[in-house]
Amino acid sequence: MSAVHDPAPPTTGAEARPRRARRVRGRTELYTSYAQEMALLNTRGKQLGVLAIIAVAAYLPLGVEDDILAVLATGLVLAIGAIGLNLLTGYAGQVSLGHAFFVGLGAYTAAVLSGDPDGRYLGFGITNPLVWIPAAGIVAAVAGFLVAPLATRLRGLYLAIVTLGLVFIGQYFFLEWRSLSGGAQVGRDAATPILFGIDLTRNGAYTDEQKLYWFFLVVLVVMALLGRNVARSKVGRAFAAVRDRDIAAGVMGVELSRYKQIAFTISSFYAGVCGSLLFCLNGHVSAEQFGLLLSVQFIAMVLIGGVATISGSIMGAMLIALLPQIAAEVPHLLPFISSSARDSPNIFELEIAMYGVLIIAFLLFEPRGLYGIWMRIRTYWKGFPFSY
Amino acid sequence: MTQTDHTQTDHSRADHSHTPVLTFEDVHLAFGQVKAVNGVGFHVDPDELFAIIGPNGAGKTSIFNVLSGVYRPQQGRVQLHGTDLLGLKPPAIARLGMARTFQNIELFANLTVLDNLMLGRHQHIGYGVWSALAWVGRARREELRHRRVVEDIIDFLELEQWRRMPVGLLPYGVQKRVELGRALAMDPKLLLLDEPVAGMNLEETEDMARFILDIREDLHVPIIMVEHDMGLVMDLADRILVVDFGTPITTGTPGEVQQHPDVIHAYLGGDLDTAPADAEVTA
Repeated sequence: MSAVHDPAPPTTGAEARPRRARRVRGRTELYTSYAQEMALLNTRGKQLGVLAIIAVAAYLPLGVEDDILAVLATGLVLAIGAIGLNLLTGYAGQVSLGHAFFVGLGAYTAAVLSGDPDGRYLGFGITNPLVWIPAAGIVAAVAGFLVAPLATRLRGLYLAIVTLGLVFIGQYFFLEWRSLSGGAQVGRDAATPILFGIDLTRNGAYTDEQKLYWFFLVVLVVMALLGRNVARSKVGRAFAAVRDRDIAAGVMGVELSRYKQIAFTISSFYAGVCGSLLFCLNGHVSAEQFGLLLSVQFIAMVLIGGVATISGSIMGAMLIALLPQIAAEVPHLLPFISSSARDSPNIFELEIAMYGVLIIAFLLFEPRGLYGIWMRIRTYWKGFPFSY
Repeated sequence: MTQTDHTQTDHSRADHSHTPVLTFEDVHLAFGQVKAVNGVGFHVDPDELFAIIGPNGAGKTSIFNVLSGVYRPQQGRVQLHGTDLLGLKPPAIARLGMARTFQNIELFANLTVLDNLMLGRHQHIGYGVWSALAWVGRARREELRHRRVVEDIIDFLELEQWRRMPVGLLPYGVQKRVELGRALAMDPKLLLLDEPVAGMNLEETEDMARFILDIREDLHVPIIMVEHDMGLVMDLADRILVVDFGTPITTGTPGEVQQHPDVIHAYLGGDLDTAPADAEVTA
């Protein structure tokens, strides 16, 4: 009757590990143990699919031009931030417009740690990204931890507005603390990743874009995996409970304030990691970048990619990263749109407008985002040639 | 925590059948001038099915909300196995073994049946954020262990075919059953059922009655039930408390309650000759 059976009831406490269950050929959704069903990639299709995607992603730097690669690399980094925001807003339901602030904290923490100790701005000369990436994450996470109590008093729109305040406080702080940020219109050098003696931002056997892309890809895969683990665990379920029915969640034994705090902390950690890497490519950070627009872009990634999905966050981030590229292609199709910033309408205006249009269009027509579109395609082909 | 353990061991040493699981004494809860609960008192014995009935707005759900810590009464004393509940937050009360269902379904609509039941296990699953991040090892082991418990409940409530469906998509009667399952997953020492068969057809009602009887028989969980279906209440309950406008009218066996003149007055506004049980089935 049911597809799930447990072949080996636990006999003793010592033998907690269940017998390794066998898969049945050709029956991808027939699970013979709970462990098998609960695995991250629980069908052969998913295993092969993810493997193929990672393989293609890893091969891309060898087959794609560097300027496109730079865009994709930025997308990979943005995806880390988007996963963070999705854990907070998508899974735990706490709408935050303050993500840019935490990204900024991460960016400056990394820049300061790896900065030249004898330079004009604060710097400690620790150029190993294995040090400054976690440090950037932790600084942002601490800030998130401290901000979280706001969320226990407020929710929905009120929380969104209060977190919006963070962005403005942060921007003031970044602009005015000149020895940290270089001040308005000036900025400072971004973090320099020197891994095992190889400077990832210098051309060598491979170009800097290629090296950074591979590095970002590895970080993203790790962060995405951690994100999925949180999402499918007790913690992720508690997030969803807080989002869907907070009173019932409390009655079920979920401590609301604790889980909101965990959500803010984890989300900010992701934002910090994203920020630390985001400016490695062009080598320059300026305080103006951590404004409301960046927060809105992250919200757009989450909404367009798919709320409460990790893979959706990645898809959304890649689409948003590619948006300038897409906008640049439009003049070929619609000649009245100019590619020069002096004319109007131009592609830069178009790009801004597309954020709005995409958000509205997705919310109206596909609230589950790109992930939802993927699910539709998958369901269609799974049932093919039948319509359901 | 140690306090609780002490009282529990004391109770098990004492004659179990005479120690009430829950005592609810002289509770007053008012919202401004509205007295939602006005001096209600009762106790629930081990293995008992205790029902609370009363017309709409009588304060039945308010009593439940006091029990589960959602409302805080101005006055009174509530003890579960000798531990004071008043002033505790809902999660703390949940940890003491109080589980409930809601009148209007309060399931986590986007989650699957499995995840909803796993949320019922929340307080029993022993790992933290760090294990969750790593997954391998402790988190995975615990998830597997509790998955088995949840599957037993799925079996018990015959929910197999829906286990991987988001509960928001399930029919109403099934959602009610999932909610019961979620409460059972908490390993309750006392189960509160708020209108378990409200809005159900006859077949679903009978199913639910069967599950409630099974819970009593197999799991020996004492139950407090609020319900408007008088047929069900009179058939299942050991004792019944009748409240009206927040004030207790009487407590007694179904037979006693049916004959009580004040109960008849509260429900029908007078006439002692009319049998309330039959009249209320259709209400």
